[in-house]
Amino acid sequence: MKIIVAIKQVPERDAQFRIDAASKWIDETDLQFSLNESDAYALEEALQLKEKLNGEVIVLSAGPERIGTTIREALAKGADRAINIACEDLGTRDALGVAKLLAAAIQQEAPDLVLTGLQSEDLGFGQTGVILAELLGLPHATLILHVEKTETGLTVKRELEEGWFQEVTLPTPAVLTIQSGGNKLRYATLMGIKRAKLKEVRQLTAAEVDSALGTATAPVVILDRVSLPQKQKSTQILPGTPKEAAAALVEKLKFEVRVI
Amino acid sequence: MSGILVVQEAGRNRISLEALAAGRSLAKLTGLPLETAAIGDPNANIFIQTAGEPPAMAYAIQHPALAHYTADGYVLAFEQLIRKLKPSYVVFPHTYQSRDYVPRLATRLGQVLISDVVSINEGPTFTRQLMQGRLNGIYRHTGDGPCLVSVQAGAFRVDLTQPGQTTILPFEPEIEPAQIRTTPGAPFRGSSQTVDLGTAPLIVSVGRGIKEAENLPIVQDLATALGAELAASRPICDNGWLPMERQVGSSGQTVAPKLYLAVGISGAIQHLVGMKGSQCIVAINKDPDAPIFEVADYGIVGDLFEVVPALTEAIKAAKQ
Repeated sequence: MKIIVAIKQVPERDAQFRIDAASKWIDETDLQFSLNESDAYALEEALQLKEKLNGEVIVLSAGPERIGTTIREALAKGADRAINIACEDLGTRDALGVAKLLAAAIQQEAPDLVLTGLQSEDLGFGQTGVILAELLGLPHATLILHVEKTETGLTVKRELEEGWFQEVTLPTPAVLTIQSGGNKLRYATLMGIKRAKLKEVRQLTAAEVDSALGTATAPVVILDRVSLPQKQKSTQILPGTPKEAAAALVEKLKFEVRVI
Repeated sequence: MSGILVVQEAGRNRISLEALAAGRSLAKLTGLPLETAAIGDPNANIFIQTAGEPPAMAYAIQHPALAHYTADGYVLAFEQLIRKLKPSYVVFPHTYQSRDYVPRLATRLGQVLISDVVSINEGPTFTRQLMQGRLNGIYRHTGDGPCLVSVQAGAFRVDLTQPGQTTILPFEPEIEPAQIRTTPGAPFRGSSQTVDLGTAPLIVSVGRGIKEAENLPIVQDLATALGAELAASRPICDNGWLPMERQVGSSGQTVAPKLYLAVGISGAIQHLVGMKGSQCIVAINKDPDAPIFEVADYGIVGDLFEVVPALTEAIKAAKQ
């Protein structure tokens, strides 16, 4: 089975965000970046399918130069090769524009299965996989925790809300978006890291893809500006040493919330 | 029509009414008329329950191929309805179902869904959360054709019902059985739910900040001292550190206890929707900018490995 996993590099979740001077985006200068969590689960599912069924796992990502480290990390975990679409203006493309870049690269490979995480931790649109399916003309299923190959295609376990699940069967090729928690994530081994250096990374540029598609797609949705959220409640912060803060909280719990 | 079409989801009445309220606020901003649609029987509850001034028209989309939800079927049905009505805006509730098919529908229409919107502003522009709730992004639709938005649960207040008449019109899309490529199975529950967090008066909940499974006992000790149930955010259950049935959030249980004490939980929206109805929320987190503090009544900014043991001791002392 030939599987493409579309992955995204996102800012570390603990990062302190500062808004840039134009209020258009965050100041990225001191940020650390890593692999989007649900994409890590998508990669894990792909690697486990390959271990069962043989075949090939290709990781695909678009973004500026820094995504190279995340691609190497995916190769170190066991992906066979990678496609890197160099794109400096990812942020000015909307979800459809980004998906078109990825779809163009996927079409050249004709995979049996395309996996991606259900949502990115930075923009949180949660749409790339589904848009890819439409662009590629393939069936899709979202929020998938488990994938089983059958004779005619796939049976997948899909998460519904509030602790419910369902099984969905669909033919291949197909696109699935993977929910976190379906598998245990692996770490890259030292051997894996060494091997990753020798693996093929195909370099494309967004400009090449744009010109192959005929036109760069103008965005239909624009991020006008960013701002800090307003508090919904006025939180009373209890100051002091841990011991003082704990004592102050116990007072509140006893006399105001009345649960002690 | 050039109006605002609000899509309701059968079985999800509350968030559907919130979507209707969002549609109503768009109608006020733009002066456009409001209509609504849903897949299902025109006699079903969802069309009768309208909030605010009732929309003049409701479309009941019916077809044997739509008896069970599939993305392929729903995309075909709404694509045809939207091409017929030509609305300027289409508003959806942001549910697992709409997340599954609306991006595909948007692509077919040459659009991009503005998903998980928390407020609608003059312009109109649409505010949605970025960076796990640490930042707001204000989005604008610039394309020709309909602007598609989905609204977050709890973000729009349901209007009071007003008297009025809604005409329900049937709409039958053309769908060939072969166009539906996926076969959905019947929904089932994961594990047997032995823990009902929904009725617990006190909950201590633990998140990523706990770092390792070996550290869980310090939070368990706090829960025991308080007489509270132990719960967790999704990453803790994903890692297998606590069973899935203790998970609070959109994919777990929804709780509204007298006290919800969040330890090392940053407060991503998927978690907040499961607990923000709690009577009192206390957050312990090292990051003063963590979104959990936006909904907390009391907060302690500090290292949970110092604060939690101190709190456990203080509670034990207070109970003696």
